[in-house]
Amino acid sequence: MSKRIRVLAAKPGLDGHDRGIKVVCAGLKDAGMEVIYTGLRQTPEAIVAAALQEDVDVIALSTLSGAHNQHLPRVAQLLREKDAAHVLLVAGGIVPPKDRVALREQGVKEIFGPGTTMTEIAEFIRNNVSLS
Amino acid sequence: MDQNKIKEEKARWGQSDPGLAKAAPRHTDWGDPVEKLYTPADVSAQDYLEQLGFPGEHPFARGVYPSMYLGRPWTVRQYSGYDSPKDTNARFRYLLEQGQTGLSVAFDLPTQIGYDSDHPMSAGEVGKVGVPVDTLEDMEVIFEGLPLDKLSTSMTINAPSAIMLAMYVSIGKKQGLDPSVLRGTLQNDVLKEYTVRGTYIFPPQPSIRLVTDIFAYCSKSVPRFNTINVAGYHLREAGCSAVQEIAFSFSNAIAYIEAALDAGLGIDEFAPRISWIFNTNNKLFEEVAKYRAARRIWAELLRDRFGAKDPRSCMLRFHTQTSGASLTAQQPLNNVVRVAYQTLAAVLAGAQSIAACSYDEALSLPTEESVRTSLRTQQILREETGVTDTIDPLGGSYYLEALTNQIYDRIKGLMDEVEKMGGAVAAIEKGFVQKEIERRSYDIQKQIEGGKFVVVGVNKYAIEEQEPEVLVESNPQAEQDQIERLQALKNRRSNDKVDGALAALKQTAQGDGALMPVIIEAVESYASLGEICGVLRGVFGEYQPVRTI
Repeated sequence: MSKRIRVLAAKPGLDGHDRGIKVVCAGLKDAGMEVIYTGLRQTPEAIVAAALQEDVDVIALSTLSGAHNQHLPRVAQLLREKDAAHVLLVAGGIVPPKDRVALREQGVKEIFGPGTTMTEIAEFIRNNVSLS
Repeated sequence: MDQNKIKEEKARWGQSDPGLAKAAPRHTDWGDPVEKLYTPADVSAQDYLEQLGFPGEHPFARGVYPSMYLGRPWTVRQYSGYDSPKDTNARFRYLLEQGQTGLSVAFDLPTQIGYDSDHPMSAGEVGKVGVPVDTLEDMEVIFEGLPLDKLSTSMTINAPSAIMLAMYVSIGKKQGLDPSVLRGTLQNDVLKEYTVRGTYIFPPQPSIRLVTDIFAYCSKSVPRFNTINVAGYHLREAGCSAVQEIAFSFSNAIAYIEAALDAGLGIDEFAPRISWIFNTNNKLFEEVAKYRAARRIWAELLRDRFGAKDPRSCMLRFHTQTSGASLTAQQPLNNVVRVAYQTLAAVLAGAQSIAACSYDEALSLPTEESVRTSLRTQQILREETGVTDTIDPLGGSYYLEALTNQIYDRIKGLMDEVEKMGGAVAAIEKGFVQKEIERRSYDIQKQIEGGKFVVVGVNKYAIEEQEPEVLVESNPQAEQDQIERLQALKNRRSNDKVDGALAALKQTAQGDGALMPVIIEAVESYASLGEICGVLRGVFGEYQPVRTI
């Protein structure tokens, strides 16, 4: 049996809208992944520390407050600094197209917008994860 | 009328056409089956005077005021708040010029969570989802040139409500106005922050103490202010049903009422100033039934359980916003239609105040054009359609009355369940409310992905489309500008005065004295929101969320 994919889910920054991330957590669990949700108001430092400690393969972040350019690149940068750039970093939320382009260049592998299905997210993760 | 005869005839009719027998069963949003046809037999048990009555009279099912929209139309109150206090002032002036009748202030997240713009946690969030307010100076700018005695202002602020009220009272004073003439609304509903909205600061007990303090202060000094705006809206946006929206928000309100009674306030001193914000969603008849049943439950609860004598205590006065979560980023113009139907439901249900969402809000901040379209949606309903020509126009529809009775029972059933758990605070601390909402939102998502729950333009009638350009972006300089303004103010103010006011605040918070007077003093010394919340965080501690996943 192949190793189960481990996912750390979190809300960076101050945004409290967690309907989406909670649904995604439940969906990824039903898709056979292990999911750790660390909740609201997470700093990039706390997210990366938790990811390393839990030895996850994926970090899934949700951001709806418009602060994505602040938090997402910082998580990617910290992953590189900690030698953990193999961890697949994805995000979901309302992110304008031109910001998505810039964020991908900075190491966020994919940004899922409104209307994305749980199935699509699970499939993307399976196709792109590198299991340690 | 012979009810049995009607039932027999209905059974016969049901067999008269194969299409009827074959039609797939339909269900309400809360899961009850919907009949294929409603007849007088479905409402034969209804006691008109007891269960519906007349508008403006107990149990207020048909409306809270005797003349409803014949007397005065609902307040048109679009939600807005921009990068900076100055831009927000300009948007408010624009909205008032366009015929808006009340203001509604959106604050940014640092303000809502009690951090100053220069706090490390605020980085990237300043001015993003609303206007930043660090000190009284910011509020002075937001309301510059807007006479507070001519306005009513709703403020979407929860944990720091006491501070925002203190600032509003202070700018009123600067305009030469006595607090007693100020009209407006504080959201001030902290319990739903723990379950769905997330801008909590302090644990439940001190949070509820602050709520009670606001009730007490306003009943004496600011009697025309709505001291709380208990929210079903956000619960519904997080995915719960119409039944859960009302039952959970009513349970939260009961917790606030009991705390105020325990603190020695009389029910009729504060209950008339309890107001509401609900969510008006897609299922038009169910939404209208929801509001009619909710008005009746609230009236009965206040009169029978809490012994309210003042009819105003029993009136469920509500603001409603259409559902942001029902809008789609795909084919965004479809949202104009969704918003119009939802606004129609709110009007048919007798809302006191309405905010219609903007069709582009699943994409970005709304453009001036989309905000104007929302405003016009309300004005067209009010002035062109005739739906306000008579009160409670759907009343008497067999279907609507049957739905009203059914949702009435369902809401009361769920409220009893929360009560048995020890009330709202206990139910939240156990994670019950959170889990119920999470379960349902997951279920809906699965239904959307399975195609059972139709979202036009997303899982049905989807088209290939180009992603639209984002027209409104927040100003990247806003955060830095705001931080510089705060620094300049801190250099200018008397820090001795600030220190004295904060020390007095700390002492009062440690005891059980009234907090509003010391908070007003702190605000007027130009102590910042973050400094005031910092003192209170030190005394009260911070809320630690319950894990449900």
